[in-house]
Amino acid sequence: MEFAELIKTPRVDGVVLRRPFLPTVEGTLCLTGHHLILSSRQDNTEELWLLHANIDAIEKRFVGSLGTIIVKCKDLRVIQLDIPGMEECLNIASSIEVLSTLDSVSLMYPLFYRPMFQVIEDGWKSFLPEDAFKDLESMTEEWRLSDVNKDYSVCSSYPPLVAVPKDVDDDTLRKAAAFRHGGRFPVLSYYHKKNGMVMMRSGQPLTGTNGRRCKEDEKLINATLRAGKRGYIIDTRTVSVAQQAKARGGGFESEANYPQWRRIHKAIERSSILQESLIKLVEACNDQSHSMDRWLSKLEASNWQTHVKEILTSACLAAQCIDREGASVLVHGTEGTDSTLQVTSLAQIILDPACRTIQGFQALVEREWLQAGHPFQQRCSQSAYSNSKPRCEAPVFLLFLDCVWQILRQFPCSFQFSQHFLVLLFEHTYASQFGTFMGNSASERSKLNLSQKTVSLWSWVNRPQEVERLSNPLYEANCLVIWPSVAPQSLLLWEGVFLRWKRSSRCLDEAYDEMVHIIQYNKELQNKVNNLRRQLAQLETEEAGEKED
Amino acid sequence: MEHIRTPKVEQVRLLERFSNKSTSGTLHLTATHLIFVESNNAATTAAQEIWILHHHIASVEKLSLTTSGCPLVIQCRNFRVVHFVVQRERDCHDIYSSLLRLLRPVSYDELYAFSYNPKQNEQQREEGWQLIDLGAEFERMGVPCDRWQLTDVNRDYKICETYPRDLYVPITASKPIIVGSSKFRSKGRFPVLTYFYQEKKAAVCRCSQPLSGFSARCLEDESMLQAISKANHNSRFVYVMDTRPKLNAMANRAAGKGYENEDNYSNIRFQFVGIENIHVMRTSLQKLLEVVGSRFLSVNDYLLGLESCGWLRHVKAVVDAAIFLTKAVTVEGASVLVHCSDGWDRTAQVCSLGALLMDPYYRTIKGFMVLIEKDWISFGHKFADRCDQLDGDPKEVSPVFTQFLECVWQLTEQFPQAFEFSEWLLLQIHEHVHSCQYGNFLANNQRLREELQLGDRTHSLWAFLLREQQNYLNPAYCPTYADAHPVLEPSTLPCHFKFWRNMYHQFDRSMHPRQSVLKNVLTLKESNCQLEDTIKDLETRLQKHGISPPTPDPQASPRAQRILPTRPHSLILGAPLSRKEAQRQHEEEEEEEEEEEEEVGEEVTECCSDTERTVEGSSGTERKESYSDLQETYGAKAEPAVVSLEFGVARMTC
Repeated sequence: MEFAELIKTPRVDGVVLRRPFLPTVEGTLCLTGHHLILSSRQDNTEELWLLHANIDAIEKRFVGSLGTIIVKCKDLRVIQLDIPGMEECLNIASSIEVLSTLDSVSLMYPLFYRPMFQVIEDGWKSFLPEDAFKDLESMTEEWRLSDVNKDYSVCSSYPPLVAVPKDVDDDTLRKAAAFRHGGRFPVLSYYHKKNGMVMMRSGQPLTGTNGRRCKEDEKLINATLRAGKRGYIIDTRTVSVAQQAKARGGGFESEANYPQWRRIHKAIERSSILQESLIKLVEACNDQSHSMDRWLSKLEASNWQTHVKEILTSACLAAQCIDREGASVLVHGTEGTDSTLQVTSLAQIILDPACRTIQGFQALVEREWLQAGHPFQQRCSQSAYSNSKPRCEAPVFLLFLDCVWQILRQFPCSFQFSQHFLVLLFEHTYASQFGTFMGNSASERSKLNLSQKTVSLWSWVNRPQEVERLSNPLYEANCLVIWPSVAPQSLLLWEGVFLRWKRSSRCLDEAYDEMVHIIQYNKELQNKVNNLRRQLAQLETEEAGEKED
Repeated sequence: MEHIRTPKVEQVRLLERFSNKSTSGTLHLTATHLIFVESNNAATTAAQEIWILHHHIASVEKLSLTTSGCPLVIQCRNFRVVHFVVQRERDCHDIYSSLLRLLRPVSYDELYAFSYNPKQNEQQREEGWQLIDLGAEFERMGVPCDRWQLTDVNRDYKICETYPRDLYVPITASKPIIVGSSKFRSKGRFPVLTYFYQEKKAAVCRCSQPLSGFSARCLEDESMLQAISKANHNSRFVYVMDTRPKLNAMANRAAGKGYENEDNYSNIRFQFVGIENIHVMRTSLQKLLEVVGSRFLSVNDYLLGLESCGWLRHVKAVVDAAIFLTKAVTVEGASVLVHCSDGWDRTAQVCSLGALLMDPYYRTIKGFMVLIEKDWISFGHKFADRCDQLDGDPKEVSPVFTQFLECVWQLTEQFPQAFEFSEWLLLQIHEHVHSCQYGNFLANNQRLREELQLGDRTHSLWAFLLREQQNYLNPAYCPTYADAHPVLEPSTLPCHFKFWRNMYHQFDRSMHPRQSVLKNVLTLKESNCQLEDTIKDLETRLQKHGISPPTPDPQASPRAQRILPTRPHSLILGAPLSRKEAQRQHEEEEEEEEEEEEEVGEEVTECCSDTERTVEGSSGTERKESYSDLQETYGAKAEPAVVSLEFGVARMTC
């Protein structure tokens, strides 16, 4: 086992763990291939098990022979380890550094993890495209499932099966794919049952500077329009960014070639800017200064809330086009793997009550993020603390979760899940024992054979006790479209993620438990009343029967 | 009524504040209210009504004529902003000039409280005024005791006319000391006890600034502080908290006022806290409202606006001061003397907020009322001036009390289990501080209130609030929380201070969550009580059939059917009906039917699928009374406690 070579000092005694708002623990520190473990080896005391993959950055400090390592995690937690002995401390630090930045996929923890729970339903098989398509078939016959991408040759970031208009053959798809960034030809993202309108997504068209066109692409998207109806193209970039893309071979749909479509540009930032924004936001939240002005100006400078507002606004626009205007929509940005997915998935949260259930939300993440080829591994390999130069990292999915949380706050009874579920997803995208978020596309996951070699996060989530924990006690199915407010006054900082480790959350947790208790007690009482009523009714009918006799 | 030129104007349009939508209706002007009634075009829904009390109107502005009519913008003290467009310029002008006269009453007798009649008999009214007894409150704190006593020096308001009659001072403070000290203090407001921390026998005292100038001193005042210090054996010194910024206090010296010189007073520790004055606060809130009132506000402008207006910084400064006071008293066991300039604004904020942190009693509904009665009303916070009750000096107006309520709200956000009341109570108190509907907050001090005979001529807000206190309960409140946390220790990191949307956008429906957790849980909690009753009732009926309940309850006497209170109609309070609530109402109806027909069924818990959830609907439809029914008799009509505005549909600002 090659991990052993990387671990210079596997064990140190007398290590002290310090965390804000939690008791200090003194114990033995152990390094394994995948975990940093601190245990006091006493009953009833907490053990720290930290995945190396969760470590974003470390800092070392020395006072005499006492070394201190500050561990900054991808889930934004910061802990401090006091390690006696300079050499031990240095060894531990360098081992953590190496182990937390291993690039080799074959060494990743999900490939080693064996579940300690019984898998009731294999999450890898829970949300297959075929099954999702069956639902669609029951609503419309205008779509078909194409296996044009079965060997990932048409589009490397698409799954083998995609839904496309029935009248469009695979040859047209291949040609359209050649005209779209990354081969991402327009595919079905969402079918709005209420009026039969659809949302599609794709990569940008490769018009280039000389305005190349592609009849097949035009045919493909026009096939989704009803006679005499116009559709909307939502380009998640500003006009100027989209113009600039032409110089690099990209571009946007011109009015001349797509006369039946109205193009609207929005301003969702590119991923590198989002990463910058996350770093600034987390820094603002960690600032211990007591100056209100400083906090507000740092919060403002981070631009995080602006991104949240922009993404939500774009999603609402897409939803509005579909539900209010009765028009079909095509969404794309540049690659069609980031801002595009934020918009299409949030629009579904707004429009489709099914996406607001625990199962439905998993299906949405599976469909609109994992299958749709959001490069999770690239985007989530570093978080807000990392000192290394960001490559492709960006909190695209975290922003999506933040937006969902905002809607959840505004419609607290319309979601089957609580914010715990969103926080859990945030954690697992950055570091996990499950294989779900490994790789960058369906093709990569299939090459790694993850469905055989790893456990799916959904297998864990869909056990009754976990579903219970993630449930929103206030949930009442709401079949309506839910329009969130995007006024800055209505958007809040997601404390559950960004201030999670900055305060004692005990008061808030206890208040939440109290609420859960009230709701559960209500259900118990309801049941009891029903039982008594039934009993009484039975007796009364029996007595009435006796009288008749 | 003589000021009303046009009692009714038809075809008035009401523009929505943050969208481009509008509704049209009729505007009525009565002696007490401006009322907008939506024209009822859809027969299915009840017409929307807006009732605006004249006292709530802070300003009326007539904008220049447009093609669609004459715009009239009304800003209210409860932060409601309405924008009407009146078709004819003359009508608009009539309304405008009538309102200008009506919203600036010149004498107290014109205030609503003197005409408001909630149909109570004399006895109920008197009882309402007796609900809060400050003498009993001091007894609860353990005063009088061997070190503190009640003094009668101010029995006739001779020593200080802005203080109450009953004052508590150290036993060793003789009358000459008191009189001497009061002469050395601005407006005669000498140091008196406001809160006694029994556990450590430490006192919180309050006063106004000393008239020290650059060098003056007063032996009696020094003895007074000495007496306060001596009354506490836990600490060798007494803290003197000057809640002003140092610069302001120094500037006051030129006017013969100032602050305590540590050289002259033995055993004091002097401390500036740096809360800004009423003028800064007024401007700050104005700026805040300007920022959040702008349409199509960007996140960056919003955050920059929050920063530059300084409001949250000021709120934090007040909370910081209260924390300082609390630590001095509870941790060090030292007594603290708090003052600012006159000792009725910042001093009231800091003393009351400190007491709220120290004493769980003040975190109950009744206790909170007592706290306001003690530190604000009785000690002469100038409600009339600060809330602009009569046409007065605009420079005297300042949101000091609003700011105090906000500080309390910030604390309830940090300690969701510690308070018996929810923010609804804070909003309702704020509403009525400005409504002048009840006598409690009228005038500037107790002496004036007695002159106005408010106790005989008006009603008490506290009685009204206590009567419907189920509405103000915090469902997460945990009475035992206080045992583990008698003293609250809030975090003062700036990220824990948030913009209070429910206060400053109370009437802007589009800003709010469409479903209210608070309302839902509160309703469930009430429904739990009702279900418990139903269970007892059913068990009794089963017993008649010879089946005894599994665990017989000794107190199984079925209570009278509990009548669920109606919710006040406010946008935050009245988030639209959720399915749960619709279901509950449905249940109630069913239960009534059952009683008539003696049917027993199971439908109760089954979801009534025909009650569509009205997420985008309105709470206004819940109103039972409608203005049109009573059009002729509006003088006698009781207006809803808080009236809701919107039939808003969530709108995107794309």
